Amino acid sequence: MPETILELRDITKTFPGVRALDGVRFELKRGEIHALMGENGAGKSTLIKVITGVYQPDSGEILLDGKSVAIRGPLDSQRLGIAAIYQHVTCYPDLSVAENIFIGHEKVNPVTRGIRWKELYARVAELLESLDADFDSKALMGNLSVAQQQIVEIAKALSSNARIIIMDEPTAPLTKRESEDLYRIAEGLRDRGVSIIFISHRLEDMYRLASRVTVFRDAHFVGTWDVDKISRDELIVAMVGRSITQLFPKRKVAIGEEALRVEALSRTGYFKDVSFSVRKGEILAMTGLVGAGRTEVCEAIYGITKADSGRIFLEGKELRAAHPSEALAKGIGYLPEDRLKQGLVLEWAIAANITLPSLERFSRLGWMNRRDEELKARELSERLEVKANSVHDLVATLSGGNQQKVIVAKLLVGDMKVFILDEPTKGVDVGAKAAIFEIMNGLAAAGYAIVMVSSEMVEVLGMSDRIVVMREGRVSATLDTASATQETILSAAMTTATAVATENA
Amino acid sequence: MSGETKAGATRARVMRSGESFRELGLLVFIVLLSAAFQLRNHRFFTIANIEDLLTNTAILGILAVGMMLVLITGGIDLSIGATIALAGMTSALTGVAIPNINPFLSILEGMAVGLVIGSVIGLLVARFKVLPIIATLGMMNIVRGLTYIESKGQWVSSYQMSAKFTALSTGTTLGVNNLVLIAVVIFALFWYFINHTRTGRRIYAIGSNPEAADVSGIPRRRLLWLVYATMGVLAGLAGVLWVSKFASAQGDTALGYELNVIAACVLGGISISGGSGKVSGLVLGTILLGMLNNALPLINVSPFWQQFIQGVVILAAVLTNVAVKRNNQRLALRKREI
Repeated sequence: MPETILELRDITKTFPGVRALDGVRFELKRGEIHALMGENGAGKSTLIKVITGVYQPDSGEILLDGKSVAIRGPLDSQRLGIAAIYQHVTCYPDLSVAENIFIGHEKVNPVTRGIRWKELYARVAELLESLDADFDSKALMGNLSVAQQQIVEIAKALSSNARIIIMDEPTAPLTKRESEDLYRIAEGLRDRGVSIIFISHRLEDMYRLASRVTVFRDAHFVGTWDVDKISRDELIVAMVGRSITQLFPKRKVAIGEEALRVEALSRTGYFKDVSFSVRKGEILAMTGLVGAGRTEVCEAIYGITKADSGRIFLEGKELRAAHPSEALAKGIGYLPEDRLKQGLVLEWAIAANITLPSLERFSRLGWMNRRDEELKARELSERLEVKANSVHDLVATLSGGNQQKVIVAKLLVGDMKVFILDEPTKGVDVGAKAAIFEIMNGLAAAGYAIVMVSSEMVEVLGMSDRIVVMREGRVSATLDTASATQETILSAAMTTATAVATENA
Repeated sequence: MSGETKAGATRARVMRSGESFRELGLLVFIVLLSAAFQLRNHRFFTIANIEDLLTNTAILGILAVGMMLVLITGGIDLSIGATIALAGMTSALTGVAIPNINPFLSILEGMAVGLVIGSVIGLLVARFKVLPIIATLGMMNIVRGLTYIESKGQWVSSYQMSAKFTALSTGTTLGVNNLVLIAVVIFALFWYFINHTRTGRRIYAIGSNPEAADVSGIPRRRLLWLVYATMGVLAGLAGVLWVSKFASAQGDTALGYELNVIAACVLGGISISGGSGKVSGLVLGTILLGMLNNALPLINVSPFWQQFIQGVVILAAVLTNVAVKRNNQRLALRKREI
């Protein structure tokens, strides 16, 4: 058997107006974990879809076990032993775990055409046990956590006897500990001879897990390296084509008086006794494991939900926002985690998006003043360097980083005092990250107070002045960034969790 | 680890019992309503009356089965009232032309008409990606128009129909009314199909997450087509039975009836946004709506109030549903220690 299980040669794929892959190659060895990296839009997802048969390449050749194959659709790739776990888990929330795993290749009784449930549940129980899953095969998929859903996706891949498993950014929604579980599962699969293509923006994923790494940039193949032979800096240069001398260009700015203070805020089932404050020009990082209650605290401050008890002060005056529009009017801007869902109307122009939360400023007696709207939108887009032909471009046509800028611009129209940014860099590539940090620096320098919710340790340490760590709904530590280390933050974020884990082990 | 597993299993059980609570609540409501009816009118709990009620609800049930399929995929079908009219009219006119036609051929003819209409809708939705509400709205008008064109605006009345034809719905087999029997058989087949066959489960899948269905190679378009075609066939069948039962075919037969059918599904807890719904719920929802339609006159409720009461019950059912769901969530939260 040849050592190379999958090889792609000179693959080109074009969409109207875009060349998504331009003569790329890729080679996967038997039983290796191979990282695929590159900025958003580099062509990784397109390559995956070519391998899984969702897209047909315009030219080029795919070799499986040294033989040329044509993959005409998802069923073809399943038959050839290729399975993909997509970035956004592609599950059926209303069906059971077992059904999610076997949908597409259920075993049926040849006479009655009925599904053989007993056989199916037994097989699923076996699969789940081999993956150390802590849930039942009959559980409803929608009731599981994201990490559990990913285990189901992996079980699904194994159920079709996949020899090649592609994982598209599986760790993005996971906590550190859940990621660690996933790493262990991936290593277990590798040891059983499964080959894994692992896509991730997190460099630590790659160094922890992969033995080789391939980098794409702007639809081109840049190179393949052994992971231990390429440094972090070299890798970043390969991905962005230029060196980012400093990824976190935190600027020192004068810190003013207190802008926002939260006192003993509580909401049953979500968080308890949360207190912190942030001053003008200060960037306060809020960190902790996913599910520690950070987002929920922010939503309560912004008036999306209501806290049961506790008080919030904005510039010394008590704030009781029952609705986001009130918080917005008082000067609190919130950038939600799921920006595409909550932040932007994709089919609208940039200008219309920017003025949406503050329409009354641009209208008289209910009539819109389009000229004022356009001028303001243009001024803000220029200030934030939104890359577009004009403010009449649809937001849907912008890149992820530029969409972020439009969301920030929306908030800047109003008379803001505090910005709450929930995971501002989640799922964006290295280049766009730098741009977002630059925006944050600019806002801090202009005297705004910023609360940044983030799970990424480097980002927390690199961008903030102070750090609030949450654990299971409570503030477990408030640290000065200058004296904080990765270890102190982590231990504050997970002490109890780790203690429990060791007990069980 | 074992502690965690147990907690997970308990949680799953709580969730599942919350689900079946919905059907239980519906059942309790039906029992209470029956008791109230019985207090007002002692003829409610007689065999004759219950058989009457079931006979009058059978057609609604047959249609609700098809509509449940459509709703599970996240779609809707507004054309079925018109399909009932066209299928019924076509079979009645054939009966006029060939008085001795075997009634089973009439049924097949009606189903064929429904199949054609359903196939066209399926094609529009699955192949040309027309939104179901638009596609079926358009077809509703086309089909209703065809009914008038075909009949030239005339009625086909009872004296023009053969006894064999009207016996389709008034006759009995083994002592059970034919309509009820047909409905029961369809419910049973459908229960097996939706819960125990690949195709049935995949219909849930495409409603639950259409994009996921595409990447996992489920033939979404073909299934969508199948669902609308099935709905069409059932509506065609219902059309023939309708005309046979009321012994009259008219241009405006079953005008607006699709909304009754959708109401039965909603009462039965079938989600309009797709992906979920159970046959047990559908049966109860259909019976409840049937009771409201047929039993209110028995207790001397003015016909003017019937529609009003129906609307109130539908909203009450939906609101209870929401409240139960929210309560379950709150209970789950209380258990989460902080």
